Amino acid sequence: MWDRLGAATPMLAKGVQWQVGKVFLRDEQVYRFDLLAEPGHKMPAFINLQQYYAEAFLVARAGELPGIDLRWKNKVTAVTDRGDHVAVTIDTPDGPYELEARHLVACDGARSPIRAMLGAAFIGETFEDQFLIADVKMRAAFPTERWFWFDPPFHTGQSALLHKQPDDVWRIDLQLGRDADPEVERRPERVRPRIERMLGHGDFEFEWISLYRFQCRRMERFVHGRVIFAGDSAHQVSPFGARGANSGVEDAENLAWKLDLMLSGGNEAALLASYDTERVQAADDNILNSTRATDFIAPHSEYERMLRNVALGLARGHEVGKRMVNAGRLSQPSVYASPLSTPDEDAWGAGPPPGAHLRDVPLGDGFLTDAFRAAGCRFTVLRHGDGPPVAGAAVIDAVASPLFAARYGTRPGDAYLLRPDGYVAGRFRAAATGAIPAALHRAQGEARGAT
Amino acid sequence: MTLRTESRFADPDAAYRLLVEAHRTIDPAQSAALDAALVLLLANHIGDHAVFAEAIAIARSVVADVKPA
Repeated sequence: MWDRLGAATPMLAKGVQWQVGKVFLRDEQVYRFDLLAEPGHKMPAFINLQQYYAEAFLVARAGELPGIDLRWKNKVTAVTDRGDHVAVTIDTPDGPYELEARHLVACDGARSPIRAMLGAAFIGETFEDQFLIADVKMRAAFPTERWFWFDPPFHTGQSALLHKQPDDVWRIDLQLGRDADPEVERRPERVRPRIERMLGHGDFEFEWISLYRFQCRRMERFVHGRVIFAGDSAHQVSPFGARGANSGVEDAENLAWKLDLMLSGGNEAALLASYDTERVQAADDNILNSTRATDFIAPHSEYERMLRNVALGLARGHEVGKRMVNAGRLSQPSVYASPLSTPDEDAWGAGPPPGAHLRDVPLGDGFLTDAFRAAGCRFTVLRHGDGPPVAGAAVIDAVASPLFAARYGTRPGDAYLLRPDGYVAGRFRAAATGAIPAALHRAQGEARGAT
Repeated sequence: MTLRTESRFADPDAAYRLLVEAHRTIDPAQSAALDAALVLLLANHIGDHAVFAEAIAIARSVVADVKPA
């Protein structure tokens, strides 16, 4: 996704890649895991990067593209739906002005003023446990690994997380429990001894200290007439699994090509409804996963704490326990149950099903993701072998790539139809590729009578 | 697959006794943890979400004053 947006190169150059994670219970390592990214992908499974860098790279990238007008210090103060357009009143240091638009995408954060103006609810669960985040700067001999402690000797009864960010900054996340006083706990003279106990030395400086509670909640629907919510304004999750900024950008990517189709006369109602369906589902997936991790890390009752510790005990020697220990699961793209997808007609032993994101694979001198970008990130027929052009779609011919056939479950002549956001709209055995135009139609929200 | 509730041990008394003896020399907190570990191991052995859910429902129904989930 970040690569499609043209922002991945500086992110990879700046970000910290890690592969190995370790989980400790008290002073003992319970197990270690390796992300074991599938080989043959252009992008690593995960990088650590401060969000301000991600934002700065996106801003720089936006500056390279035509038609993007970033207006700083502009604040929306009123939104009026006028039937065929929406009017937005904007305050600036130079005075207010009004803007008219066919649609307004409200990406104004978890405390979204626009959501409040519309009186829309933002419902979910607030977790009582408080967590302390400290970013400390130090030159450390620690390996580039993610370390997670349950009940460590330096922070009894709670959890702790340590992992490396760029610029010699280490992110430390300490669970403080329900009754901690945030005003007291955020004071550096209070935080410093905690971190010293954890690191075993005091040779560090604070870059940032913050105290927070987790929230998992979302709007009931993300489309409100001509106002469309995306990112934290639409949904909020706890930070386990890198689901915040990533899912916000996924929202944007999902919406962008649909807005583009709408500008050229596409079926507005169907396209916006599909945004709502798909991204609400993704938000629910994220909330489910991050709630499970939060409950494991911060058990609700004595029983849950005991069960958690038993699972950790089993994890020492047994796979059954390891798979239950949940200190955060990395986010995976949702598999959309989408009205835009054409269901499989044939049996497929492998490959991403309709509604799933494409899976990278080496192709020619590069990767499938490169070919998809080179094709313009638009509707694309990805086929095993070559063939004639397809009306209304780009074509990628995956010729002589055995790994492609294995990863996509294809035989010569078979084809996948990809959407502009890289999701699979449908897939077709060689004999059924005549159904591609109808699937393309459907993926663009134009299906008539299809269910 | 559905949960099998007919008796399956050749010697059910011995199976019952095995569990009792495992708990004989430990305190109530350790007993609770031991049972939890057993549940996780045996549930994993069954490896079927629906069967596990069925077992939980029956277990809740035999615990006094607990409504079915």
